[in-house]
Amino acid sequence: MDLILFLIFAIIAVVSAVNVVVQTHPISSAVSLIGVMGSLAVLYLLLGAEFIAAAQVIVYAGAVMVLFIFVILLLNAGAETKRGRSFMVQLLGVPLLIALLGLLAFFVSRLFPRGVSVRFGGFTGGTAQAVGKALFTTYLLPFEVTSLLILIAILGAIVLARKELD
Amino acid sequence: MSEVPISWFLMLSAVIFALGVAGFLFRRNIITVFMSIELMLNGVNLSFVTFSYQLKQVNGHLFTFFVMVVAAAEAAVGLAIILTVFKNRSTLDIDDIDSMKN
Repeated sequence: MDLILFLIFAIIAVVSAVNVVVQTHPISSAVSLIGVMGSLAVLYLLLGAEFIAAAQVIVYAGAVMVLFIFVILLLNAGAETKRGRSFMVQLLGVPLLIALLGLLAFFVSRLFPRGVSVRFGGFTGGTAQAVGKALFTTYLLPFEVTSLLILIAILGAIVLARKELD
Repeated sequence: MSEVPISWFLMLSAVIFALGVAGFLFRRNIITVFMSIELMLNGVNLSFVTFSYQLKQVNGHLFTFFVMVVAAAEAAVGLAIILTVFKNRSTLDIDDIDSMKN
């Protein structure tokens, strides 16, 4: 059952991720990206990360992607214009990408022997209670710094995007 | 047979990250490039949560949480920058935004 669920949502994630890259219109890419984030949320649940799964849906698939789609609609962004790529890009792009993926896969398979496997309920330390406890004890300083970062980001966004007042 | 090998999660994370790199390098629309960055961050988040499962510790979840918060802040500022660039140049093509090149 876990394997079937993993395969279904992994395939949805990979197909949506390919769709993000190959679609020419930004709005299609954005909707595909929501598909990636939703299926990743299911995989987080499978790994026992309840809080992170909820935060993924609310923060990523909800807030961030709404912001993206809002900007795409606001700028009335059309489809990408086709133009000739340089010779080096056409020649080396895909092989280098496959080399990157192969290298990552090589290290993963070397670092992680076959023994360890994931089943639903195998790790129950990812509840909101456990995450909150760690967040407000061990990671209290990073948490506070993060709030400062968000404050600065709000100010920066307002300053950058406001209308010039004459 | 019901259990999933942990390396499959990491493979999926690697595939998503590589696709994000592909989008970042090959696409010309600045918004799509930005979305590819989010795709890469998601791939890395999946490996954090997977390592957290393997080590039976909650720390990876915290890192994922901070990555999410930083990504949200980054999206707000980045999209504001994109708005400003579009207002000044009325284009979203990164090949046309090259004033730092010369």
